[in-house]
Amino acid sequence: MVDAAIFQGLSWNPVTDVHELFSFQFMVNALEAGTIVAVMAGVTGWFMVLRRQTFAGHTLSVIAFPGAAAASLAGLPVALGYFSFCGLGALLLAGIAGSRRSLAAESAAIGSLQALALALGFLFVNLYHGVLNGLDSLLFGTFLGITSRQVTVLLVVAAAAVTLVVLAARPLFFASVDADVARARGVPVGALGFAFLLVLGLSVAATSQITGALLVFALLVTPAATAQQLTSRPALGIVVSFAIALAATWLGLALAYFSIYPVGFYVTSLSFALYVLVRVSRVLAGRRRRSAPAPQPA
Amino acid sequence: MLAHEFMRNALVAGTFVALACGLVGYFVVLRAQVFAGDALSHVAFTGALAAAVLGLDIRAGLFATTILGGVALGVLGDRARADDVVIGSLFAWTLGLGVLFLSIFTTKSSAANGTAGVRVLFGSIFGLSASDVRTSIVLAVVVSTLLLAIARPLLFASLDTAVAAAQGVPVRMLGLGFLALVGVVAAQASQAVGALLLLGLLAAPAGAAHRLTTNPYRGLALAAVLAVASVWIGLTLSYAFPTLPPSTMVIAAAVGIYALAVAATAARYPQATWHRLTSHRHVPAAAGHAHDDP
Repeated sequence: MVDAAIFQGLSWNPVTDVHELFSFQFMVNALEAGTIVAVMAGVTGWFMVLRRQTFAGHTLSVIAFPGAAAASLAGLPVALGYFSFCGLGALLLAGIAGSRRSLAAESAAIGSLQALALALGFLFVNLYHGVLNGLDSLLFGTFLGITSRQVTVLLVVAAAAVTLVVLAARPLFFASVDADVARARGVPVGALGFAFLLVLGLSVAATSQITGALLVFALLVTPAATAQQLTSRPALGIVVSFAIALAATWLGLALAYFSIYPVGFYVTSLSFALYVLVRVSRVLAGRRRRSAPAPQPA
Repeated sequence: MLAHEFMRNALVAGTFVALACGLVGYFVVLRAQVFAGDALSHVAFTGALAAAVLGLDIRAGLFATTILGGVALGVLGDRARADDVVIGSLFAWTLGLGVLFLSIFTTKSSAANGTAGVRVLFGSIFGLSASDVRTSIVLAVVVSTLLLAIARPLLFASLDTAVAAAQGVPVRMLGLGFLALVGVVAAQASQAVGALLLLGLLAAPAGAAHRLTTNPYRGLALAAVLAVASVWIGLTLSYAFPTLPPSTMVIAAAVGIYALAVAATAARYPQATWHRLTSHRHVPAAAGHAHDDP
């Protein structure tokens, strides 16, 4: 009985199970936080994928780890560590992008920054003499300890981040798709890029608290990449990206609640499975279209 | 310091690991494949834990998955624009799998093995045995020899892919072979500094070498020397201050050297740096890497 061993709490009656999910305060908090995070990650992730800043985004998410570790070492709230380190990381990354060296030099700088962040995080955890579980949940996330106050903080941050992105959506889209033309038209491309990295830092910091520093990517990149496969229309793409992130978070949390395996595994696997499905079906559709007789002579 | 056997083992193994990392890292940076190196470090984590869960040799799992991962990245990265998103999605999931293996492993095994995940993530250079040291020496020598053997055509293929392909250089095979070498180095370095930190040994010394010289052979040698120096400095610091973990200090030394190199080159050409920082709105975005690469 594999199922019984893995899904211990599940009664296999959907009504009872969903009712049980909502009967605990920590689970309600987790679902609320997951919803907020999914909105934010869906919106900012879509622009991150459009701007090809996945490496920078991943580095920001890794910087969240020493932030959290430093905050617990200093006895400060963990959220403070997440947000201040990710803000600082966004400044550094903007500096690296602004120095306009070659692509090779830029990626070396980002890579060094990321390794330093991880090394510092490990140092802080070591100095803290933290329990191993602490390290695991910083890196890979937990949904058990989310308080109502954390949900409120998340809500405020998410509202600010999403509002900023939506307000700047048009020029940001223009600057991301064609920086040179946008610059010639008087769009402040550099300032927009910097502001976007800051907002990305905010949403990464918020997402890290749920998924852990290493798994932020599952909510930032994969849903957005799937959405860009499905539609090239920006507004629709952002909505699709958000819907996928939301579905992955809810399902992942529910599965993790009823089973013995961590939430990060479910969230990453669900969003990646959907991505693969969409890619494969698009390849198959393209093949069918090519093998069908062409509607007009070439 | 050298009286302790664990310290001698760490220094010898670390030197050879760093040598291979520096040489391979030079090309990783030149080809702007640091993100691929990043992905491989996550693959290493999952591979080692998968082997641990299945009861296999952790080292075998490491090497098998990172070499396979390197080749897979080479195949996926061939499509022109989609690659970094594909890599990102793929390794987010790899990491998710790693978390699954970690939780299976920690629930299944005794408390003594509870630190396996941490060891894989952040290395255990002070825990290397004499046979580990021998293996890392052999591997580093093999990797360095192979890399130096293909250095010339690889350099050509990295700098101007189209012309190299036209001249009959097997660009695609070289790229795949190179990523497989990166895989070997990643697996080897995960044992020393851990899966998460090997990126620092790949990127930072090589990045510094690229800043300091445009001559490729001098740069290769410099990257190797700087990587070895980072390991020595890091291990010495960690020995002197036992609360500081060795992998952290190695990476801190490497990034410190990189920061010094950036500062030194910026100080050497203050006007050029100032010009680049202030006048970037007139520089076309794409012109950057065509000119700056050696």
